[in-house]
Amino acid sequence: MPMRWLRRALPVAFLAPLLAGCSLDGVQSIMSPAASIAREQHGLFMWTWYLSIPVMVGVFGVLFYVLFKYRRRRDDEMPDQSHGNPMTEVILTIVPIIIVIMVAVPSVRSIFRTQTVVQATSDDVVIHVTGYQWWWKFDYPQYGVTTANEMHIPAGKRVILQLNSGDVVHAFWAPRLAGKVDLIPNQDNRLWFDTDPDGTGIFTGQCAELCLGAHAYMRFRIVVSEQDEFDDWVAEFQQPAVVTTATDPLIAQGRQLVASKGCIGCHNIGNYSEGVKFGQPQYPDLTNFGLRHTVGAAILDATPENVATWIRDPQEVKPGARMPTLWQANDPNRDQEAAAIAAYLLSLGVEDGTQALAQASTGGN
Amino acid sequence: MATAPTVTSPTRGKIFNRPTWTTGVGSWLTTIDHKRLGLLYICTAFMFMIFAAVEAGLIRLQLLSPTMNIVNPDHFNQLFTMHGVTMVFLAIMPLGIGLANYFVPLQIGARDLAFPRLNAFGYWIYALGGLMIYTSWFLGGAPDVGWFAYAPLTSLSHNPGLGVDFYMFGLFISGIGTTGTAMNLIVTIINMRAPGMTMMRVPVFTWMILIMSFMIIYAFPPLTIAFIEVILDRTFGTLFFVQEAGALPILWQHLFWIFGHPEVYIIILPAFGVISEIIPTFSRKSLFGYPVMILSGILIGFMGAAVWTHHMFTTGLGPVVNTAFSLTSFVIGIPTGIKIFNWLGTMWGGSIRFTTPIIYAIAFLITFTLGGITGIMLAMPTFDAQVHDTYFVVAHFHYVMGGGALLSYLGALYYWFPKMTGRMMSERLGKIAAFITVIGFHGIFFPQHIAGLLGMPRRIQTYPAGIGLELWNALSTVGSWLMGIGLVLIAINVIHGLTRGKRVGDDPWDARTLEWETSSPPPYYDFKVQPVVNSLDPLWARKHPEAMHVTPPAPDAGAKYDAGGIHIPGQSWYPFLASAAIMFGCYALMYDNFILAIVCGLFFIFTIFGWAFEGVGGHHVHFDGAKENA
Repeated sequence: MPMRWLRRALPVAFLAPLLAGCSLDGVQSIMSPAASIAREQHGLFMWTWYLSIPVMVGVFGVLFYVLFKYRRRRDDEMPDQSHGNPMTEVILTIVPIIIVIMVAVPSVRSIFRTQTVVQATSDDVVIHVTGYQWWWKFDYPQYGVTTANEMHIPAGKRVILQLNSGDVVHAFWAPRLAGKVDLIPNQDNRLWFDTDPDGTGIFTGQCAELCLGAHAYMRFRIVVSEQDEFDDWVAEFQQPAVVTTATDPLIAQGRQLVASKGCIGCHNIGNYSEGVKFGQPQYPDLTNFGLRHTVGAAILDATPENVATWIRDPQEVKPGARMPTLWQANDPNRDQEAAAIAAYLLSLGVEDGTQALAQASTGGN
Repeated sequence: MATAPTVTSPTRGKIFNRPTWTTGVGSWLTTIDHKRLGLLYICTAFMFMIFAAVEAGLIRLQLLSPTMNIVNPDHFNQLFTMHGVTMVFLAIMPLGIGLANYFVPLQIGARDLAFPRLNAFGYWIYALGGLMIYTSWFLGGAPDVGWFAYAPLTSLSHNPGLGVDFYMFGLFISGIGTTGTAMNLIVTIINMRAPGMTMMRVPVFTWMILIMSFMIIYAFPPLTIAFIEVILDRTFGTLFFVQEAGALPILWQHLFWIFGHPEVYIIILPAFGVISEIIPTFSRKSLFGYPVMILSGILIGFMGAAVWTHHMFTTGLGPVVNTAFSLTSFVIGIPTGIKIFNWLGTMWGGSIRFTTPIIYAIAFLITFTLGGITGIMLAMPTFDAQVHDTYFVVAHFHYVMGGGALLSYLGALYYWFPKMTGRMMSERLGKIAAFITVIGFHGIFFPQHIAGLLGMPRRIQTYPAGIGLELWNALSTVGSWLMGIGLVLIAINVIHGLTRGKRVGDDPWDARTLEWETSSPPPYYDFKVQPVVNSLDPLWARKHPEAMHVTPPAPDAGAKYDAGGIHIPGQSWYPFLASAAIMFGCYALMYDNFILAIVCGLFFIFTIFGWAFEGVGGHHVHFDGAKENA
């Protein structure tokens, strides 16, 4: 009775993963690597996957053959009470050893290819990554640039990340570029990867280690651009365009609200006034916010509506977030003022406020 | 031989009389009978498993589609923490210990464990510790830090609520019970085997329990140390894991996983034992390669201590450490592979009868092989750097823990149910439920491999639409409904079996080991005559001496060992009272009520003295009518 079931289930069990293998590309998929380290990781997986097919066929083949051949029949006699066969057992011991060696050799080689500590040269881009509940700080010590939740890197360069945590353990995971390394308090971790010379694009990533609260919303973007675009981006941050007067009244109102509502008590905004540093280091830096693609640690695209929604009620968008709600629930000016702050923030670093959005819509999600 | 036993009682104890109830609540609270304690373990473990299944159901419901809002992030964290804690510490591991409690003495022809009151203490401290953790749902929220509770998530500054205290105290005290029971099992298996049962004639289930017990002894102390450090941090203000004072939180990860990886084998070895009982019975063949099976179990026990940092490949330990622990992890795959081949070898040439237990055993072989393959993949640090803490890992360890341990324990439930109750569960309903459960299981966890590869991290209460996770999560949730139906059918079958199940004889499965020689359910003295053994599979040798090429000992060969009567130890209140004192002391510490804590401590000391000085107790059972005082 069960035999019929099992015989029918067998082809399905094998076909399903094979069919699934065809459609595993995705914006955050390990199966679509876009840089050398991620390709190495993916290649190792594919090797063991191919190796596992004969193992599965062998084990399950023998299992189902045995179940069919030796099922009990009415006229069965007492089977031979054999306790084993030394020759068979030696073979059965050697087979798993061979399989393990076939996996272990390429695995060990790739450990030293991908995890060896490298010393930064002047040609590399060094970024200090600090994880906070629940956002990412990216410092570029070579350029004196600080930003949040959106890492810009030039294509074709080696990137060396130094990872640390401002509170609990986090994990930096960029699936299509580099895999992951944990961010642990009081411990300096490193992760490096090469980007392809033609590998421009926007890549997603997120925190992979439980950090309570809004852990699920702790995402980030990595923007890989051509060297000259990257240089422009760095220059924008080194000398942020300070705008103290705006022709658009909404933006002007927003600039006032950023001070009166207390935004700059936590957040630094390099564009607010010349040479003054605001905020505190454990909150995201909003300098040149208009160049960002996302808001709320990469959970929403940075459209005026989304930014206003986020400012209006952060808990609604990202439950558990540390950002306070700045208005009473019944404040009649709430929607308008949130829109004004959003308009101001999105104007930072850009002459034309639509520039960032255009980039966002052409980039890979 | 007289049929009605006569009973002689020894002198009374000193502090209190030892209770002598045979029925009622008091008899269960004071019992020291390994079979009753085994049943208590098994029932308590299944109760916790139901809680954990409900938690899992809610988790899957929340993840049915992107941006669902059935539970908020805080409750979601509590749900998956409690699911993991419950399954690992309160359900699956105690299920193995409960089966060991019940069947190890029966399999080796003993009348009880070596230290019956310690055994009762082990049960009560586990049950009360588990219940204590569950009271947290009503006392300000369950722990929400994951079952691994990584520092510094557990420090007071990040987690001021009581949930973490419940986790630390509850698991700390149930760990005491587990360690005590493990020592008890070791002494029992080493010292109390039937005459003639050499170590190489011990049934494989008992062998695996022996290895498991040694693993508990070496794995639990690091965990207990870690718990005590956090308890000291939170209750008395020490600085073990306070990062502002310069603590290195990685210490917790090492201590936790030095326990955590052996724990995986603590859970799976009894399951290997169960499979090694079921497959020979229903194939009507001896286990293929018995010595190899034992040796590979021992090798797993040794290597289990040397693989813990494969849980920490992404913590930045460096390529050399990662290589070393990667290789040890590969090595542990070898004995596991050998075991799978030997189970196939057992069935080869046999005469396989498809009962519910062997259907679970077959499902175990398939699921565990798949889990082993993903395990080898995860042992590669380079690939682990991608899938660590993703749903790929979730799928992997559910394949080995759920599909490996849980499915084989369900098989054990069907296999040993007639021995424990004297009744059969319905085979027909059992097979239907088994298929639904197994298909549901794969329905839940197979898609999770793919979700992980597509970039879904663990422990997230929501995921964005549009990155390809919708289909696989929906499939997984539908699978959980199917598995839920299967588990309900199993529960119905248990109730049906208890009330209406067909009454069966001592040996309904035509089995091979000693537990099937005594009546079903076994009498409180287990064996009327001390069994004597001169081969593997002693019951089978008695039934088929020609096939085994042995002459079994005469049925009353062991009578001379019972010349003084069968000593049945007396019941006792003290194990229960000592456990209760510890539990209330923990509550007192948690709420910073140090006076109550001291009172509980004093009461605990009193119970230990009472335990020591309550006297011998118990009685002797005679079947020959002789009158004699102990």
